Amino acid sequence: MTFSPELEAKFARLLTSYPPGRQRSAMVPMLLYAQDEIGSITQELVEEVARRVGVTPMQVEEVLSYYSMLHRKPLGKYHVQICTNISCLLTGGEQLWQRACGKLGIGHKEATADGQISLEEVECIGACSWAPALQVNYDFHHKVTPEQLDQLLDSLRKTH
Amino acid sequence: MPNSVKFTINDRQLEAPAGTLVIEAAKRNGIEIPSFCYYEGLALQAACRMCLVEIEKAPKLMVACTTPVAEGMVVRTESEPVRQARKYMLEFLLSNHPLDCPVCDKGGECELQDMAFRYGVGESRFTEQKIHVDEKQWSPVVFYDMPRCILCFRCVRICNEGMGVNALGVINRGAVSEIAPNHGDHLECDECGMCIDICPVGALTSGTYRYKTRPWEMEHTGTICTHCSNGCKTTLGVRNDQIIRGNNRDRSGINGEFLCVKGRYGFDFQDHPDRLQSPLVRLDGKLEPVSWSKALEVVVQKFQEVKGRSGTVGVIGSNHTTNEENYYLQKFARQVLATNNIDHHRTGDVVTLVDAVSGSPAALATTRDLYEKKAILVIGADLALEQPFLSFQIRANYRHHQAHVYVVTAKPVREDNYAAAFLRAEPGAELSAVESLRDKLKGEPELVILYGDAMKGGAVRKLAAFGASLGIPVQYVPLVDYSNSRGAADMGLTPELLPGYKPLGLTGMTVAEMLAAEDLDLLWVVGANPLKNAKLQAKKAFVVVQEMFLTETAQIADVVLPAASAYEKNGTVTNVCGEVQRLQKAAQTMGAKPDLEIIGLIAKEMGVAREMGPWVPDKVFDEIRRTVRGYDIPVEAIMTGGAAQTMPVNGRIPIEVRVDSIRSAHDNLFTSGTLGRYSKMLNSVLEKRLNRE
Ligand code: SF4
Ligand code: SF4
Ligand code: SF4
Ligand code: FES
Ligand code: FES
Repeated sequence: MTFSPELEAKFARLLTSYPPGRQRSAMVPMLLYAQDEIGSITQELVEEVARRVGVTPMQVEEVLSYYSMLHRKPLGKYHVQICTNISCLLTGGEQLWQRACGKLGIGHKEATADGQISLEEVECIGACSWAPALQVNYDFHHKVTPEQLDQLLDSLRKTH
Repeated sequence: MPNSVKFTINDRQLEAPAGTLVIEAAKRNGIEIPSFCYYEGLALQAACRMCLVEIEKAPKLMVACTTPVAEGMVVRTESEPVRQARKYMLEFLLSNHPLDCPVCDKGGECELQDMAFRYGVGESRFTEQKIHVDEKQWSPVVFYDMPRCILCFRCVRICNEGMGVNALGVINRGAVSEIAPNHGDHLECDECGMCIDICPVGALTSGTYRYKTRPWEMEHTGTICTHCSNGCKTTLGVRNDQIIRGNNRDRSGINGEFLCVKGRYGFDFQDHPDRLQSPLVRLDGKLEPVSWSKALEVVVQKFQEVKGRSGTVGVIGSNHTTNEENYYLQKFARQVLATNNIDHHRTGDVVTLVDAVSGSPAALATTRDLYEKKAILVIGADLALEQPFLSFQIRANYRHHQAHVYVVTAKPVREDNYAAAFLRAEPGAELSAVESLRDKLKGEPELVILYGDAMKGGAVRKLAAFGASLGIPVQYVPLVDYSNSRGAADMGLTPELLPGYKPLGLTGMTVAEMLAAEDLDLLWVVGANPLKNAKLQAKKAFVVVQEMFLTETAQIADVVLPAASAYEKNGTVTNVCGEVQRLQKAAQTMGAKPDLEIIGLIAKEMGVAREMGPWVPDKVFDEIRRTVRGYDIPVEAIMTGGAAQTMPVNGRIPIEVRVDSIRSAHDNLFTSGTLGRYSKMLNSVLEKRLNRE
């Protein structure tokens, strides 16, 4: 499998970041970075990572199915993660979640037909002080109102 | 005790070597600490929390399965907090576990059931709906029922560590975690069933045994697997003369709990519908069923007639029959039929080795040595496929003792994965590859060398010379194929050697020569199928065959006598390492008789019963112990279900080994000569594989 030179450089750094014989420790970051580049974790990627860190594909599968931020299916270009954990729940996170689902017509870990936006209901993202919070890819949005949510989703739709 | 520490468990003053785990220290002193995930010999897991104990000064309960004992440690295993904790753990384990013990395959021998009975509360506070996932079939052998799984990961570890197959994993998280096979919805693996038998609950079940019986309805007989030469002990569960299960959960015998797919599931040839149950005699060109007395009459008449006119006789023995049968057969051939034309399918060169190492003590390794010796060299054999138990021993040696393993084979093998060095060498080129390892091997404190059938005659001699030149203790395992291949050679089923490798000075015909001899008058085949890929040249030869099935050889016979299988008789067999073990009759097939009895009856009808002696296994074994070099072994060991190694014949064997007659069939995990052809389970695995290709 071939990756971009930047990703290859990251992999090379990762593989030397752990004590000798512990290369398998690089598995999770490798999967995360590769997912960003490819869009999802494909079977080919599973096998490639397994080979590079010296484990069986089954062992990658174990990790993959454990962590919810690793995705087998392609996500949208914009992955909208809405927190419904306690602080956000108390401040309207649940309503944001329902509203987003209704507006886009998709559910948990689903993507719009054009592949532009995907949704995920997540646990605490560490932004309780600014609840309700959500995350679009790696960007945070704090104290989100229903109107702001609408605007945000519209803007994500438009930027083709 | 060196480096030992003193501690107390339940107020008892105890002592154990430093590093001993609390759970082990307790067990050795007769104190039970309940556990699920802890399993002797496998990596520590600390997943189930069943083994919680109270340790003074520790702020909370500790897991006994990963905590080593320490000087002055005060452990309590039966205090109130510990009892409470066990109750909670069981309540948790049962929160999603179906309470279907009455219909579960494991009911009656389930560890969870026993624990709940002994330590549980009897009621649960959980009222939520239990998670349900449908049962899955992963292969003809392995079925998985997720709701019953308690996630102890024993199955995953035995497959990864014990088998070196890495076919199982655990996916998902929390209450929906489950065990998964290596290929999405199915397994591609050894189908050994180790995972099934190690499962403490009924989550993994086998295609062979599932839902056939309740465990307490079976009788259990410990006997020896009749497939390959490794000689694993297998405990057969029998109900109404039908073998329903093979396993070795009592971990007795040389193999502990190891069994490959053949030992665990390949017993089903025993009640195959094609088993012969009546003697057959050729009448008007067709094999017709007749009574035993009629068939014996025909055989004896022919034997006497050919003997009377000094006709040419050939006798072909088996790799699966017992030592007693082999000994008795060769005695009959030599004393009654006055011929040395007796042979069997030879699958490895034992004779040259025994000759080449004559004078050196303990030159032949035991299966235990493969687990204990510091270094192992494998030449020309794919052990994981062809010698499964030996392969298991070497892997365990590497895991537990960091043994150095060296590999010289033509193709990649499983041993490569943990070998100190592996080299590829075409058959015939092994010795130079071995030579290139000289410096490394010289640095080892001791070495065991295993070699396959590519090494024979001169090559074995050179190998022994190489071993001697290393200046370290070297032991050997000359690999052979079948359950009693070694015993066939030891008992003199060869035209040039008497039992105990006593040279004859003259030689009779080999199998190939018998089949090619146009003047052969009588061919007597006991438990072999020499005509599978060959033709009998002598058109007028009278052929007598003792067999379980109508094989290619039996089909052309004039008389076919239905023989009992190894699981239907008593006697002894000798494994690849020369370890003698005892077969115990577990079942029977109507109409069939053990080969020893058949030969005995022929002797009786011929009026030679007196000179042949009684055809009782124990009596013949007595004679073997008295007369066959190397077989004067301690009887107690084998009578109690153990093994005793035959003493190597320590003396020269001045004969020329017929290397051209040595050829391994290279049966793999799913084939086993004639027996394999009649095992539905082995064939279903093979078919599944073909369908996928
Ligand atoms: S049957 Fe044997 S090889 Fe297959 S998954 Fe189970 S333990 Fe592993
Ligand atoms: S299937 Fe059996 S052995 Fe494997 S984790 Fe579940 S309970 Fe343990
Ligand atoms: S390794 Fe050989 S003796 Fe052992 S169970 Fe398998 S076939 Fe039988
Ligand atoms: S609960 Fe939503 S960010 Fe912490
Ligand atoms: S036996 Fe100790 S945690 Fe499972």
